[in-house]
Amino acid sequence: MTYDVAIDGKQYRLELNRVEGLWRCRLDGREIEVDAVLARPNVLSLRLGNKAYEVKCERVAQDLHLWVGSARFAAEVRDPRSLRGRSRALDDQGPKKLTAPMPGRVVRILAHQGVQVEAGAGVLVVEAMKMQNEIKSPKQGTIQKILVAEGAAVNAGDVLAIVE
Amino acid sequence: MFKKILIANRGEIAVRVIRACHEMGIEAVAVYSEVDRASLHVRKADEAYPIGAAAASESYLNIPKIIDVAERSGAQAIHPGYGFLSENAKFARACAEAGVKFIGPTASAMDAMGSKTRARQAMERAGVPFVPGTSRGLESYEQAEQVAARIGYPVMLKAAAGGGGKGMRLVHHPQDLRSSLEGARSEAERSFGDSEVYIEKAIINPRHIEMQVLADERGHTVYLGERECSIQRRHQKVVEEAPSPIVDADMRRRMGEVAVRVAQAAGYTNAGTVEFLVDQEKNFYFLEMNTRLQVEHPVTELITGLDLVHLQIRIAAGEPLPFTQDEVNIRGHAIECRIYAEDPDNNYFPSPGKITLLLAPSGPGIRRDSGMYEGWMVPMDYDPLLAKLIGYGTDREQAISRLTRALNEYFVGGIKTNISLFRRILRDPDFRAGNLHTGFLDQMLKRKEAIPAEPGVDANAPEIAAIAAGMFTVLGAAAATAGERTSPDSGGEAAAGSKSNWKAAAHREAIR
Repeated sequence: MTYDVAIDGKQYRLELNRVEGLWRCRLDGREIEVDAVLARPNVLSLRLGNKAYEVKCERVAQDLHLWVGSARFAAEVRDPRSLRGRSRALDDQGPKKLTAPMPGRVVRILAHQGVQVEAGAGVLVVEAMKMQNEIKSPKQGTIQKILVAEGAAVNAGDVLAIVE
Repeated sequence: MFKKILIANRGEIAVRVIRACHEMGIEAVAVYSEVDRASLHVRKADEAYPIGAAAASESYLNIPKIIDVAERSGAQAIHPGYGFLSENAKFARACAEAGVKFIGPTASAMDAMGSKTRARQAMERAGVPFVPGTSRGLESYEQAEQVAARIGYPVMLKAAAGGGGKGMRLVHHPQDLRSSLEGARSEAERSFGDSEVYIEKAIINPRHIEMQVLADERGHTVYLGERECSIQRRHQKVVEEAPSPIVDADMRRRMGEVAVRVAQAAGYTNAGTVEFLVDQEKNFYFLEMNTRLQVEHPVTELITGLDLVHLQIRIAAGEPLPFTQDEVNIRGHAIECRIYAEDPDNNYFPSPGKITLLLAPSGPGIRRDSGMYEGWMVPMDYDPLLAKLIGYGTDREQAISRLTRALNEYFVGGIKTNISLFRRILRDPDFRAGNLHTGFLDQMLKRKEAIPAEPGVDANAPEIAAIAAGMFTVLGAAAATAGERTSPDSGGEAAAGSKSNWKAAAHREAIR
C-alpha cells in the first residue's frame, strides 16, 4: 500500500507492505524496519529498530492529529490512487466552510449574507463556558450563506457559514 | 454518624465527596442537571435525582429543588463542595430550617466573613494584620501625605468604589503623590461616579499564601499548614503547593495562630481557609476567609496525612477533632495542577467537547481527582475544570519530577487542555527556585519567544508520525475487514472521521 502523508504540511511518500508477518516500510524510498501494535483504538505502539514509541491519534471533526510523546502533528493521509484524494487537493479555491471548533451557542453574527470579508475577519461569535470566541473567515471573499441563527446551539464541526 | 449524604455539586469535587462517603459507609445522593446525566458523579452515586435545566440557576444553584431532593431521598446532611451554593448563607439557613445538616460553617459565620467592615473590626480586635493604610476615603492631600509617610513608600491609591484596576495608582516617590491622587480621584469619578480614594501600602510582587483551618463544634480550632497559590491567571489559581517554598516552621506557626484567631473571631466551624498576601520581607497580611473546602485541599491532605472530607463529615456529625495542634505533622511536598478544558493556542479559551481518548497517569506519588472519562461529552455550561493532578514526594524536587513524569503520561484527546502549560511552568527556572509571585504566570506567558524547547522531543518525531499515520490506516482497515471491531467505540469515531481522506475509516463505515 502506498500513501501520501502530510505531517505539519511536509509531504512524505510512505509504502507499507506486509511480508511474512512483518511490516516492510519505505519512507521517501528509505527502508525502515517497523514493528507496530495497535494497543487500543487510537493508540499505537511502534518499534523502529529497537526504539520504542507510543503514538496517539486524535480526530476532531475533519482534523487529524498525531502525538509522538507530547509533540503534536497535524496529519493528512491520502491514497494517491483515490480520485477523492485528488479532487480534495484542489479545493483550496472555491467556497470555504466555517465550522464550529467546539460545541456552544451562536451569540452574534458579525458579517451577514452578501457581505465582503477579508481573510481573518470575524464572521460569527460562538460562546462556550461563558467565554466568547470569534469564528474568522479563512479567506477573502463574500459571505455566501449564514447557516445558523443567533441563539442557536451548535456542535463541534457544524457548518456555520460559507465564504466564497 | 449520617447514613445518607446529598452532594449539591458536580464534576470532580462531587466524585471526591462521594468517594469519602463510601469510605465511611455512607450512602451518597447525587443531583444533576439536564446536561449532566452522563457525568461521572451520577455514575458513582447510590441515588441520583434530576434537578433541572443546564443553567446553574435552574439546577445547582436552585435551593428549593436541592432541599426537596434532600427530603425525598432522606439525606441527613448536604455537602456543598466548592463554588455553587458552598458559601451561600441563605442555603445554609434553608438546610437548617429543613432539618438537614449543612456540612460547613453556620450561616452566621458566613455572614460575619461576608461583610467586609464588620469582619475587619472583629479581626482588628483579634490582632489580625491587615495591609497598612486607611480603610476609609482620604479627606485631603495633607492626610494622604501623612499616611504615606507613616506606612512608607511605595503606596497604592485605590478607588473605594473600584475594580478592574480603574482609579488605581502606584506611587513610588513623595513628589508624585499629589498628581497621582488627583489622577486617581478624577478617574474614579469618571468610572464610578464616586471620587473617594483610599491609600494602602503597595505590596510589590506579592505571594498568595493561605492557611487551612479546621474547627469542630466544641470550640477546638487547629491549623493544618499553608498552601502557596501564587501561580494564577485571571485571578484563578492554576498551580498550588504545600508547604510554601518560603514558609519555615516559625512563620507557619505565626500564620497558623493568626488564622485560628480569624476563625474564632467569626465563631467558625468545619473546614475553612484564611488567605494572606505575603510581601518580599515575608510580612503577611489578612486578605479574606474562604468558608468552604478549597479546590486545592488535596495538597494539604498529602502533607498532613489527613482526609479533610472525612473530617468535615465527622465534625458536622458533632464529633470532636480527633487530634490536637501538636499532633499535626507536615511531611514531604505536594504540588497540584488544575487540568482545564481550555485551548493554550487560543488564549486559553474553554474547549468543551467529546473526550475521544483518555490515557491517565498513575504510579508512585501521583494522585488524580478527576471528573472525566473517555467517551464523555464535556458540557459547555460550567467551569472548565476537568481534573486535578497532584504530585507528592519527599521534597519539592521529587514532587516536581514525579508530576512532570505524570504530565507526560497524561493524554486527553478530542478536546484541548492546558496540560502543556504545566510542563512549561514546572521546568521554568524561577518556578524551580521557588521564586513565585502572583504575576509570575502572566510574565512567563509574555516571554513567548524565550520558551525553552520541550525536552525529550525526538528529532525524528515528524517521520515517526508519518509512519504511524500509515499504520493507523492499515491496521484500522485490517481489523475491519477481518470483521473485528477493535472496540465498541471505534465504529462511531471512524464515522466521525470519515469526511476526511482517511480511507480506511470510510471503508469501515461502508461495510457497517
